[in-house]
Amino acid sequence: MMSSSFNIFRVGISVVIMCIFYKSAVDSLSELSPQKYFSTLQPGKASLAYFCQADSPRTSIFLEELNEAITPLQDYGISVAKVNCVKEETSRYCGKEEDLMKAYLFSALLFNEVKYITTLEDLQNIENALKGKANIAFSYVRAIGTPEHRAVMEAAFVYGTTYQFVLTTETALLESIGNEDIENAHLYFFHCKQVLDLTLQCRRTLMEQPLTTLNIHQFIKTMEAPLLTEVTEDPQQVSTVHLQLGLPLVFIVSQQATYEADRRTAEWVAWRLLGKAGVLLLLRDSLEVDIPQHSNVIFRRAEEGVPVEFLVLDDIDSLISHVESNVHIEEIQEDEDEDTKSPNMDVQDDEVAETVYRDRKRPLPLELTVELTEETFNTTVVASDSIVLFYAGWQAVSMAFLQSYIDLAIKLKGTSTMLLTRVNCADWSDLCTKQNVTEFPVVKMYKEGKNPVSYVGMLGTEDLLKFIQLRISCPVNITSVQEAEEYLSGELYKDLISYSSVSVLGLFSPNMTTAKEDFTEAGNYLKGYAITGIYSEEDVLILSDKYAATLPALLLSRHKEGKIESIPLANSHAQDIIQIITNALLETFPEITVENLPIYLRLQKPLLILFSDGSINPQYKKAILMLVKEKHLDSLTPCWLNLKNTPVGRGILQSYFDTMPPLPLLVVVNLHSGGQVFAFPSDQAITEQNLLLWLKKLEAGLENHITILPAQEWKPPLPAYDFLSMMDAAASQHPTRKDPECTKEMDVQENDKKQHEDKSAIIKEPIETLRIKHWNRSNWFKEGEKSFRHDNKEL
Amino acid sequence: MRLAAAARLWGPPGLLLTFALHPALCLRPARTAAPPHRDYCVLGAGPAGLQMAYFLQRAGRDYAVFERAPRPGSFFARYPRHRRLISINKRHTGKANAEFNLRHDWNSLLSHDPQLLFRHYSRAYFPDAGDMVRYLGDFADRLRLRVLYNTTIAHVTLDKDRQAWNGHYFILTDQTGQAHRCSVLLVATGLWVPNQVDFPGSEHVEGYESVSVDPKDFEGQNVLILGRGNSAFETAENILGVTNFIHMLSRSRVRLSWATHYVGDLRAINNGLLDTYQLKSLDGLLESDLTDLAVVKDHEGKFHITLKFFLEESNQSADAITLPQDDNDNFAMRVAYDRVIRCLGWKFDFSIFNKSLRLSSSGEFSKKYPLVKASYESKGSRGLFVLGTASHSVDYRKSAGGFIHGFRYTVRAVHRLLEHRHHHVPWPSTEHPISQLTNSIVRRVNEASGLYQMFSVLADVILLKENATAFEYLEEFPMQMLAQLETITGRKAQHGLFVINMEYGRNFSGPDKDVFFYDRSVGHTEDAWQSNFLHPVIYYYRHLPTEQEVRFRPADWALPRPTAIHHIVEDFLTDWTAPVGHILPLRRFLENCLDTDLRSFYAESCFLFALTHQKLPPFCQQGYLRMQGLMGTESLRRHGIESGLLRDYATVGRPREDGGQRPVGSSPAPGLPVQPLDGNKEEL
Repeated sequence: MMSSSFNIFRVGISVVIMCIFYKSAVDSLSELSPQKYFSTLQPGKASLAYFCQADSPRTSIFLEELNEAITPLQDYGISVAKVNCVKEETSRYCGKEEDLMKAYLFSALLFNEVKYITTLEDLQNIENALKGKANIAFSYVRAIGTPEHRAVMEAAFVYGTTYQFVLTTETALLESIGNEDIENAHLYFFHCKQVLDLTLQCRRTLMEQPLTTLNIHQFIKTMEAPLLTEVTEDPQQVSTVHLQLGLPLVFIVSQQATYEADRRTAEWVAWRLLGKAGVLLLLRDSLEVDIPQHSNVIFRRAEEGVPVEFLVLDDIDSLISHVESNVHIEEIQEDEDEDTKSPNMDVQDDEVAETVYRDRKRPLPLELTVELTEETFNTTVVASDSIVLFYAGWQAVSMAFLQSYIDLAIKLKGTSTMLLTRVNCADWSDLCTKQNVTEFPVVKMYKEGKNPVSYVGMLGTEDLLKFIQLRISCPVNITSVQEAEEYLSGELYKDLISYSSVSVLGLFSPNMTTAKEDFTEAGNYLKGYAITGIYSEEDVLILSDKYAATLPALLLSRHKEGKIESIPLANSHAQDIIQIITNALLETFPEITVENLPIYLRLQKPLLILFSDGSINPQYKKAILMLVKEKHLDSLTPCWLNLKNTPVGRGILQSYFDTMPPLPLLVVVNLHSGGQVFAFPSDQAITEQNLLLWLKKLEAGLENHITILPAQEWKPPLPAYDFLSMMDAAASQHPTRKDPECTKEMDVQENDKKQHEDKSAIIKEPIETLRIKHWNRSNWFKEGEKSFRHDNKEL
Repeated sequence: MRLAAAARLWGPPGLLLTFALHPALCLRPARTAAPPHRDYCVLGAGPAGLQMAYFLQRAGRDYAVFERAPRPGSFFARYPRHRRLISINKRHTGKANAEFNLRHDWNSLLSHDPQLLFRHYSRAYFPDAGDMVRYLGDFADRLRLRVLYNTTIAHVTLDKDRQAWNGHYFILTDQTGQAHRCSVLLVATGLWVPNQVDFPGSEHVEGYESVSVDPKDFEGQNVLILGRGNSAFETAENILGVTNFIHMLSRSRVRLSWATHYVGDLRAINNGLLDTYQLKSLDGLLESDLTDLAVVKDHEGKFHITLKFFLEESNQSADAITLPQDDNDNFAMRVAYDRVIRCLGWKFDFSIFNKSLRLSSSGEFSKKYPLVKASYESKGSRGLFVLGTASHSVDYRKSAGGFIHGFRYTVRAVHRLLEHRHHHVPWPSTEHPISQLTNSIVRRVNEASGLYQMFSVLADVILLKENATAFEYLEEFPMQMLAQLETITGRKAQHGLFVINMEYGRNFSGPDKDVFFYDRSVGHTEDAWQSNFLHPVIYYYRHLPTEQEVRFRPADWALPRPTAIHHIVEDFLTDWTAPVGHILPLRRFLENCLDTDLRSFYAESCFLFALTHQKLPPFCQQGYLRMQGLMGTESLRRHGIESGLLRDYATVGRPREDGGQRPVGSSPAPGLPVQPLDGNKEEL
């Protein structure tokens, strides 16, 4: 029985793991919604509930096993149920923290197995009742639901029939049995079984390692092992459970003459080293192996192949300290391991700052741009058309953009009339303030000493290049019908068409002064982003008739598609015109890229994205364009994503699907309300009919989402140094320290507000301290990042 | 009524007097016209008066400066007697940043004119006082400040009037009897009345203001100097090489400025006598209360030091007076002195202010200064502000408010306060999205001169907007007025605030401190709170502290206890731009105060977040989503992948060749174990 319990224990653990990773499709389990499950709970009756997420498409070995276990469990009065947690379910049992889930699972099972007590009297009663009968595992945890609590409950699951498990969260109780360290969880083993005299106390052994499942297991195994074993074999050959548990062995060398005394000594040592090492009594007389004459103790480490040490020790204390110092080394190593796992606040987690820092030693060809100073600035920007980058040498984002800027300078080298300049605001602070630059980086275009135009596009080479190329004075004044036609066909500004696929022409009668002004204002605003022209000659009617436009009007020429459409402009103010043109720049079925996504997100509609590995199949495109034409996609923003151009799309797919799905793949992402993601069934062909049918089902709510995008706020990735506590700690050594009462009260209120998942935190300190000190467990992004790192390692 | 009031001249102090009570006035017929009115009257065209005039002029206010001398800076025309200023004129710092350079320019006034920087007036590190006079003259002339020279204001009184901005006007009467009516009175008269100690024989003592500066006059003499400030040591320094010896007598021990970090204490440039004293060269320092002393002149004209107590005892002739050495034959000052010189500093001239202004001295420990609030407004009458050296009671022995390089900023703060109070111009501020929070602080702590010079007096304040998505940045606010911030600035502080201050370590500065002890600086970010040298400290408050909280704050705190505090670790170069040592811990602090993520991200990351999360970090929201994402370059991307902070998506999770026909999950998939971004699964 004893030897097999370890295996049982392992099964127990793996069951738990599977609970989290696998999903049930087993019908014979009664399947319930969380609400239903809780309503069917009967007081005082144990039930085993399995909470699962519905979206994992896998079947589970675990559930099969569980299924088989239903009947035997029912014999014990335990009912089994499966509870379906949809992702958005907020019940705490469905929470993300699988460790909590486990704790609940086990507490449901073991409610009667583990006695929860609150007073010393309770403990004494249990102790008295069990003297001569069974041993007790008494543990103190700071709160229910902590990882330590979980570990204890898991141990109780395995050892609950052998030992009486007793649990408390009362600090007073812990203190009354002489332990002041209320911050940490503790486990005591009460050796009550061998106590036959009821007036005697049970011996207690305190487990010194942190309460983890493995440590408790190891500790209990050593408690089970015989206190003292007598051996007559070669110490190198002896094997006990201690070695398997990684604990050293201590042989007390004895001989017949002093046997009685040696045995007493050995027992004494064994008690002292209980849980730390195995103690054996070795009889020198009956031993064939040679033992050095004077050595009285043999020390054998758990590691294989390490020769035994023969020691000469004068007293028990030096023996104990020798063993403990050796065990201690291992503990330190463990601690170091833990340190590397716990967050290091000094490690840069800002990708921009880190990449710029790593790149700091690479010399940039800065000479391609002109560095301006307070003295040279004014003369330079007046003398020539200039682009000025205002940056700060110490600021990472600025410095990252400076690289793009230099790349632009390389591209434009010798081809542009535009002077590329830069001002380091770390040096020329006053100049930047005078130019109204208070944030970095900022790009401004100074033309003929005119009012500078601020660049508000993406901070990258391509977009800035486009801005510079499209800087022609907008709107362009078109003077003849023929010129207008050339303008619309793209002939007039051939070289600019690659930067703007749409040319805008405003048509006005010569007397429409206000309308013209509004259009000019809009054109000016869009300078650098769109090509606009204006035509208001007497013969404007020739154009308006040709393109069926009512004056005032806009003609939009889409060069890619070779289409020209007209939009009436009656009573449109500059802002409206800007809006009209901006919308016109949007494509009906664009390839979504890192650069253009924000424009399409502004439409605030769910995205219909076709993920494609390479360019899009024309048939799919046709199908979707047809749907657009028939106005079936008005409530969506249809687009496609080319994984070749936008590899980060793979990251997106990975977060939607656990494994990379086959491509092409169509999804609807409801970004702005609810965050559900729906996938078009991969076994269906992407045709107009199938799509339409699927969209109808979607609309009717008949489709299940494959995932819901997390809605968490972005929390601090890591805690900060809590200097206030450090200062308090230093000050508290002086008796005169003042601690305003009001602060405490305020903090208590904070606690109430902030009690979220972190149940492990017993609130003794102001919440601010806690929040800053403890690594925020709810921080999902950091963990996401860990998994990133993990992935990278495996690459 | 007016006549009736005038008839009751010198009535009880509470009586309202409608115009100035200069004797000359009584001779005049009853006045017919009100005196000329100014919104702002500045008393004194010294550095502080001119500085205030500059700000008033730039703001287009109605003001006048009254100066009794024919040129500005009359104090500097006479003092320091030995003409060497002890304010640093550092012409090179290796930096171009003009704001930063003001940290090491202790003489310039603030202006928009780069020509009006002191380094154009002197090449000396410790410049000549004459250059200061020339500089101040140029400052007034070039900027065309409205100064009425040769106008001595002899008397200042109050005239109650409900129409007035402050419920009363200030009536200034000059030496000709001309009255001037002012809404706001800005007193920048400095400290110019020499401090005197009254003891028997004090008539034998020469004053610093008139003592000879020619060393020849001290050849072979025994000299006793009363005082232990810079003027005393400056005097000693001048004659150190020609005297027999110099004894210096003061009430308390000498305070060395490099130990106290207070520029008003004894500067190393003047402390030659300390050196010779400690190197057994007959010179010496003594401590005794000057008020207990008496100086007795003997028949040879030499001076003997005795105790007042002995003089009271007996009415004997000079030569027969008991001397301490009669009882105590090794009395230190038993030697006869040829000269006794008093160098005890100056005090504020209270005499021209009528009692009704209730302008009183700051109490026992700083008697020489008028009592003002932390906003530099007199506690006695609203609308009366004390500027410049005379306003030093606010930070006496703490910061630089008594010196040009300090009060040029406090004058600006007073001006900003006035602009809001009387002209509805709120305290200047800039508004930024929250993603710029770290940057704004890093920028200021690295270049701001006002914070640096007026450490622990003026502090920057960041007012958070609702939901902490944006913030307002206010510069150089008098931090002791924090509770009244809303009324003073006209800005709202409803959603929490940060205060950015510069501080020395708690127990680092002091007259008896060893500031050169081993291990005096800390380098580790987690020990930043123990930094000793001047370093930035950021306080976070969820709510504006109340007046009570500010007043009853713990003794050694600059501000009430904050919700959280951050120290940026001291830096040898005072350059707090190290990415990991300075900026990262600051960002973590700000993030944890605001409970958000303030990291910056490349556009690609924002793109990923935008499609995989319902919410975006502030940087992506305020940049990428507004079409201003940071694209980055290939080489940066490579570094990102190396560091593990970015992923190389091109090589990740390629779809399987068989098109995914294999039943999912039945066998380990080739390639990577895929984990969702949330990473809510954890291996056991």
